[in-house]
This record gives sequence, C-alpha cells and structure tokens, in this order.
Amino acid sequence: MKFAVIVFPGSNCDVDMYHAIKDEIGEEVEYVWHEEASLEGFDAILLPGGFSYGDYLRSGAIARFSNVMREVIKAAGEGKPVLGVCNGFQVLLESGLLPGAMRRNDHLKFICKTVPLKVETNETMFTNSYEKGDEIQIPIAHGEGNYFCDEETLKELKANNQIVFTYGGYNPNGSVADIAGITNHAGNVLGMMPHPERAMEPLLGSEDGKKLFQSIVKHWREQHVVNA
Amino acid sequence: MSLMLEPTSKTVKEEKLYRDMGLTDEEFTMVEEILGRTPNYTETGLFSVMWSEHCSYKNSKPVLRKFPVTGERVLQGPGEGAGIVDIGDDQAVVFKIESHNHPSAIEPYQGAATGVGGIIRDVFSMGARPIALLNSLRFGELDSPRVQYLFKEVVAGIAGYGNCIGIPTVGGEVQFDASYEGNPLVNAMCVGLIDHKDIKKGQAHGVGNTVMYVGAKTGRDGIHGATFASEELNEGSDEKRPAVQVGDPFMEKLLLEACLELIHNDALVGIQDMGAAGLTSSSAEMASKAGSGIEMNLDLIPQRETGMTAYEMMLSESQERMLIVVKKGREQEIVDLFSKYDLEAVSVGHVTDDQRLRLIHKGEVVSDVPVDALAEEAPVYHKPSKEAAYYKEFQAMETPVPNVDDYKETLLALLKQPTISSKEWVYDQYDHQVRTSTVVSPGSDAAVVRVRGTRKALAMTTDCNSRYLYLDPEVGGKIAVAEAARNIVCSGAIPLAITDCLNFGNPEKPEIFWQIEKSVDGMSEACRELSTPVIGGNVSLYNESMGTAIYPTPVVGMVGLIEDIDHITTQSFKAEGDLIYLLGETLEEFGGSELQKMTEGKIFGHAPAIDLKVELRRQMQLLEAIQEGLVASAHDLAEGGLSVALAESAFGTDGLGAEVTLAGSNPVADLFSETQSRFLITVKPEHQEAFERLVSETTLIGRVTDDAALSIKSEAEGGLINASVQELEAAWKGAIPCLLKSKA
Repeated sequence: MKFAVIVFPGSNCDVDMYHAIKDEIGEEVEYVWHEEASLEGFDAILLPGGFSYGDYLRSGAIARFSNVMREVIKAAGEGKPVLGVCNGFQVLLESGLLPGAMRRNDHLKFICKTVPLKVETNETMFTNSYEKGDEIQIPIAHGEGNYFCDEETLKELKANNQIVFTYGGYNPNGSVADIAGITNHAGNVLGMMPHPERAMEPLLGSEDGKKLFQSIVKHWREQHVVNA
Repeated sequence: MSLMLEPTSKTVKEEKLYRDMGLTDEEFTMVEEILGRTPNYTETGLFSVMWSEHCSYKNSKPVLRKFPVTGERVLQGPGEGAGIVDIGDDQAVVFKIESHNHPSAIEPYQGAATGVGGIIRDVFSMGARPIALLNSLRFGELDSPRVQYLFKEVVAGIAGYGNCIGIPTVGGEVQFDASYEGNPLVNAMCVGLIDHKDIKKGQAHGVGNTVMYVGAKTGRDGIHGATFASEELNEGSDEKRPAVQVGDPFMEKLLLEACLELIHNDALVGIQDMGAAGLTSSSAEMASKAGSGIEMNLDLIPQRETGMTAYEMMLSESQERMLIVVKKGREQEIVDLFSKYDLEAVSVGHVTDDQRLRLIHKGEVVSDVPVDALAEEAPVYHKPSKEAAYYKEFQAMETPVPNVDDYKETLLALLKQPTISSKEWVYDQYDHQVRTSTVVSPGSDAAVVRVRGTRKALAMTTDCNSRYLYLDPEVGGKIAVAEAARNIVCSGAIPLAITDCLNFGNPEKPEIFWQIEKSVDGMSEACRELSTPVIGGNVSLYNESMGTAIYPTPVVGMVGLIEDIDHITTQSFKAEGDLIYLLGETLEEFGGSELQKMTEGKIFGHAPAIDLKVELRRQMQLLEAIQEGLVASAHDLAEGGLSVALAESAFGTDGLGAEVTLAGSNPVADLFSETQSRFLITVKPEHQEAFERLVSETTLIGRVTDDAALSIKSEAEGGLINASVQELEAAWKGAIPCLLKSKA
C-alpha cells in the first residue's frame, strides 16, 4: 500500500507522518509537493499538521487553493482514504470535504499536551482496529482547534456516526460536543485535531495512534483481497 | 515630494552626529585615522554598529579570552554562527544561545519571537537541521501587572515563532526576581544536527564569486538594533521601538528548507545569517574571515519600502534574510532552488581581493572601508574593575539559618514560589513534540531528544542561579556550569560543551565589570574541570533600567550525549519499594536560597560553596551507575533543597510517594538547604549492592511508597512533614495560573 504525504509551504508535521508510515507501519510512503498535479498511484492521502502558508488569512484557507487539492478532492470522490491531521483537518474543512469550521481555542492560547480521546465508533476504515469506547492517549498541539458546526450539521454527524473521536477527559479547546475528529458522509475522509502520528512509539510516551494507520492498511488489504 | 538630505561628512563630524549612533569621540577619530579621511554618514553607521558591544565584544573580549574553547570533540568553537561538537558516526551537534533582552523589554511578543528566529538562523546557516529550542527567561516579581504582561507576551512570542516553524521547544527555565523588573531577560537557544561533510561556514572565498541575497526583503525595521542592545534602558527607550524587528516564522520556514537544500549544492561557497547589524555584519564578516573583500550594488537589494537610503539598507535588521556566496556562473541554479519556495535569490555583488567593503548606490560609491577594520579592529577596552562594596559586606556577615515554624507549610509555600512552581502554564503553549523525537519533555532536569536512526540521544538544558552569582560571582559562575552538568548527567548523558549568554549590567561601572570578570573566572574553571568547553555564545551588557543593574546572569546552555536510549533517566519515581538515596552531604547553606528570599524578603550572606573535584566525581559515579542500568530515577537538588526535590519526584507519578528519614542535626538544613553537588536517586532493591559499590558518598534515606504521600521524619525530632502528594502538587501547579489571574 502506498501513502502520499502532502507538503504545503509551512507544513511541519510532514516528516512525522512520513516516519510513522515508513518506520512504524512499514508501508510505502512519499512526500508530494503541493504543486503536483497528480496523485496517481497512491492508495491513501495524508494531509499533515503545521502552518500551511503561515496560517495567514485563516488556517487552511490558502492551502485549499493549491494545485494538489484538486487531486485530493478527486481521490476523496473515488473513495480513497484521506486523513487530515491538525492543519490538515483545517484544510479539509476549508476545502469543503468536511462540514463545519474551526475557531481559536476558547482560552485563546496554543496548547500542546497528550490528552485522552474516546473512540466513538470503530465502524470506519480509520478505526476498525480499535474497540468502540476505547480511551486512547494522543497528543494535541494547536491554537485553533475549537470545532464548530450548526445544530443541524451536528445532528447529521451524530445520526450518520460521523463523529469518530471525542475528547475523553476534558475539552481542551471548546469544540462543539467535545468533537476531536469527524468523517465525511461516505466515511473515507477523516479530519482530526489530535496527532496520531505522534503516538507511534512507547519511547515517546504513547503508541495508541498506531491502530489508526493499521486500520487504514487493514481496510485496504480487505478491499484488495475481495477485488482480486 | 520632500527629500530628506543625508548629513554630509562635515556635519557628521562638526555636529558630532556619530554620538547618537553610539560612537565616542575617540572612536570617531580612530575611524578617521583608519580611512585617512572623515567618514560619510553611511560609513559612520557601518562603524557604529560593527563597533557596538553587541557585534564587537569590545568590552568583554579580554574577559572572554579566559574561556576554554577547545576539546577533543569540538569541531567549531566561537566565531561562526554556532559552535559544533562531534557526537560520533560522522554526526555532530550544533548549538548556540543568544539574548533578545532589550527588544523584549519594549515589544515583548516580537522581541521574543525574533530572538527565536535569529538563533534558528544561526544554526541552519552552519548547514544543520534545527531539532530543538530552549529558552531562559527572567522577569520581575509576578505580582506586578507590567511583569505579567511581559511574561505572557514573551511566552506567546516564543510559542508563536517556534510552533509555526515546526521546531519543538523542549526545555528551559523561567525565574522571577525584582532585579529584572524593568529589564527582562529573553535568551533563546537552538540545537541542530549535522553530518560532518555538510558543515558550512560564513566565508566569502574566491575572487569574482557572486554575492547573493536570499530571503525576505529589506525594510526599515530594526535599524540600529545592535546599538540599542548596547545601551541602558531608560524613560526614552519606548521611542526605540522602531529598533525592534518584526518576525515572520512562515518566511523563515521556507528559508530554512531552501537553505538546507542549498547546502547540498556544490555551487555554495559560504553562507551567513543577516542577524544583528544585518547586511553590514554579514558582508564584512564573511569577507574578513576569508581575507577577501566584497563589492555590492545596493540598488539590487530587494526592498520592502521605497526610497531607502544606503544607510538604512545597511543597518536594517529585517528578519529572515541570508547572505550567500556562490561560484560564479552558477547563480541561476540558486535562483531556481529558491523560487521553488517562492523566495527571492538576487545577485547583489561579488567577492574582490582588496579586503574592502565597497557599496554602490545609484551609481555612486557610498562606502569604501576596510573589512577588517569593521569586523576585527574595533577598539578593545579593559574596563576598570572594582570589587563590589556589597560583596565585602556579604562576605563579612554570618548567613543564619532562616527561622521555620511549620515544615509542611514552608514546603507548600516554597512550591508556590514562581521560580520553583510548575511551568506547565508556559510550556503547554510550546509545541514540544513536533518532529516526533522528544523523549523527555519540558519539566524534567534536562530535555532529551533522540537522534533518529541511531541509538543515540541528546540531553539539553539551560541553567543559571543568578542569586548565587550576585552574592559571589566567582562561586556562582562555577555553580551555573556545575548545575547544568548535573542536570545533563541526571538524564543519563555525558556533558559535551556549553554555549553561554552573559547577561550583565553596564560594564562601564567598575563594580559591574568586576562581576563579569569574576563570573567568567568561575565559569572557566568549572568548564575546565568538567571538560565542557565553551563553543560559542553571546554577551548582553547594559541590562539596567533606571540605573539599576540586573543580577549577574550568565546563562549556561549545555548539551550532553546519551550513548544509548536505554540510559535515558528522568526525575520521577518509578515504582513502589525503590530505595531512595541522597548523594552528597548537606550543610547549613542558605545564602541566596529560595527559603532565605521567601522568609527574609531579600538575599544576603555567602553563596553555597562548591568543590568542582567533588562535583565531577559524583557526576561520573552517577553516570556510570545509570549506564550500568542501576538507577531508576535521578534528580539534582536545586532551589528549595531536598524537600522540594522529593516532592517534584513524586509529582505526576499517579500515586507514588516517599517515606524518608533524615539523620542531620538541623531539620531546616536537611529539608531546605541548597548545598551543591547533591542528587536524589532511586534504585531498585535488587541493585542496592551494586549501586552502593559504585556510588561512594550516598546515604540511603528511605523508600518509594504507593500511598501518594510524602512522609519525612528526622531521627532527632520525629515527624517533620506529612502531606499528600496531591495537596503539594496542587500548590505547585496552581501558583503561576493563580498569580496571573490576580490583579495587583
């Protein structure tokens, strides 16, 4: 299986995402510069964290106009797994692949901390290796992670099981309904503020993020066995 | 259109305009002698910034010569962007610390942010990948609204820059004392990693080679920043706000990636950051180091504002810029490389053989001066030195043991002192995990960052207890280095080298100069004894506001090498039943201690003594025990003494505590004395014998318990402290957030 790590000017968790896949999951992975016009040959797309375009204007607002985003949207339409973490999540919101918007943390400060997350559903291609209700330890690091959507959208998210992760201990940023990560309606695009790629090794404090990437690989293998 | 006419040479001299730029009458005469004529306005500006203390070290040079700067592992000592130390496998660590005190005093967010940006450039200009940031901060007492504002904004500025550029801020220290009220200290340190073959230098070799300007455009910000950094703060300092630069971490992220791509291109000859004194220092120093000259056409400099004069361009300290020298004919490759990152790379001049800095603007030669005169030949002053009167008084007085009625309340009160209390409020705002290599996060003795793809890791810390330095600069200087080494050893690393940031008051005052001399004497001796040479650093003098100097604060940034990640050790207790040892004896030493400051409201008397031979012996024994796998946790004893160290080791352990019995004759000393060269160590019972055989001066004082309580008894007096860890931790964690909410 081959992963693409999209690199925007100002991405800074691209290296972490790359090593998570290469060293800890053991799958193929390549960096893709934001000007590339094709994602041909990649089976899953990863949008890493960072400060694309310095977060100027609004986080994710400029990156969505990058060349490569047309291809990301195309891949999402084809049902390929697309994961956006932190700034990647913000880009997915700005590009309309996921509903809602991001505001500054309610306490107005950047926060970096490992926090407990609750796995709300394991019926997704991103969480099939977890148990529903699992509490996992994943780091957050953001200044604008206060997820917002209107009542109606929230109702839909709940009804369709699109809320994948919620903050388990306390709400670190003021997000609506303690939301930490959501998928699109089809379930193949996941955006989340916490960084699973930072939770891959016991040496660094947690390996609870590993199952997320393993889930993507497992799902892909199942698909390919069926199709073969 | 009004036209600002630049003053003529004659006016510069007759109206003594050079004085406003920071040159003395004698220095101006020296410039005239060097040139054989009167300098024009632009040339006067070049000399004034290059001969400022910040760039020339004219007041500190004689003292800095005392530092040991060589060692088996040292690949690059002072003189380049940053020092370099070998860590084996053809890899090396690059690091440096630098101050941004005065900008932060008047514009704390940008002052701190650009301090971070500048030190990062120093590291990647050597060709190294920056892997970690640390900082050392000093503020006045936190109950003042102005100090709260400075503190919040400085932390936000550091976070804003480091988080965006994606380099983890992994450690540092924050201390509070009234002497920093009007003049906070903001020292930023960057650590980078490099392969030996990639090491680059800031040298302009090869006559005819092309000088290129890369990165952000030049504006009018930061003009005379280096000069501003070299004078005292006073009522008029707010007017110097234009001397503060504005940072753009996104631009620097692009510049960083472009430059690290550039170092693998063999067209590159030399590269240097445009830091203090911007274009002037980078061009003059690169030429001077290579024995060459540089000619630049200032019309070609990318400019952010219209109508900039030669003087303004040369003295601007606009951020995120680099000067590079590339092989003639290869310019287009460089332009293409930088354009991938939407950055400009512009040919602005060439290397000459006449050892002069020649500047052309609008068809005229606006400056023609010898590069060595700018970069190397600033006057060196041996300032008069005089033993401080207060020091004589302190030496003559007794240092009594403070009066303590209730040991537990005293411990709680100490844990709430901002200098001791948890800095979580600070480091939660720093992304300390990006690059997924941070093994030990902020809050332990030293931060630890692994070297990906190897078994190695790097330990790093910043330290300086300026109270000891105030009481006794020489002893305090030794302690600053020794304490840094203690922190490094506690993490399982062998200390490699230091970078220092010498923050002092006005060196023209003999008692201040005496502080500088004595501190450096003490530090130099410690560096020699502990085999940690000085590989670079920065001097920040004139840290005074309204005529009052800060405490002498030579901050030590130290890096150590952990040979195997299995050796990484933290201060936290690990398991119930582990044996608790105290390494080192305890004396009644309270001069400059946290307890003295808290109970007396001031510090006085003798600083704690230190014997560097004892220090080294204990450090090496502990390190060997760690490497043998005999140590569960290790923590150095610092502010607040043993009781604070015990509490800190129990914090965050989810239910562990300690039961300790002390044999000393004076419980106040046992609990709170700040005697040096001591460690708190825990050991699994099965390693008791092996540990005691290896580490000779330890006393078994108790055990780790699972009751989340701290119970300290004295053989003589019975129970001293009985407290739940939760209660202690709440006091320790809540202190800074609580002070920030309070309105003074």
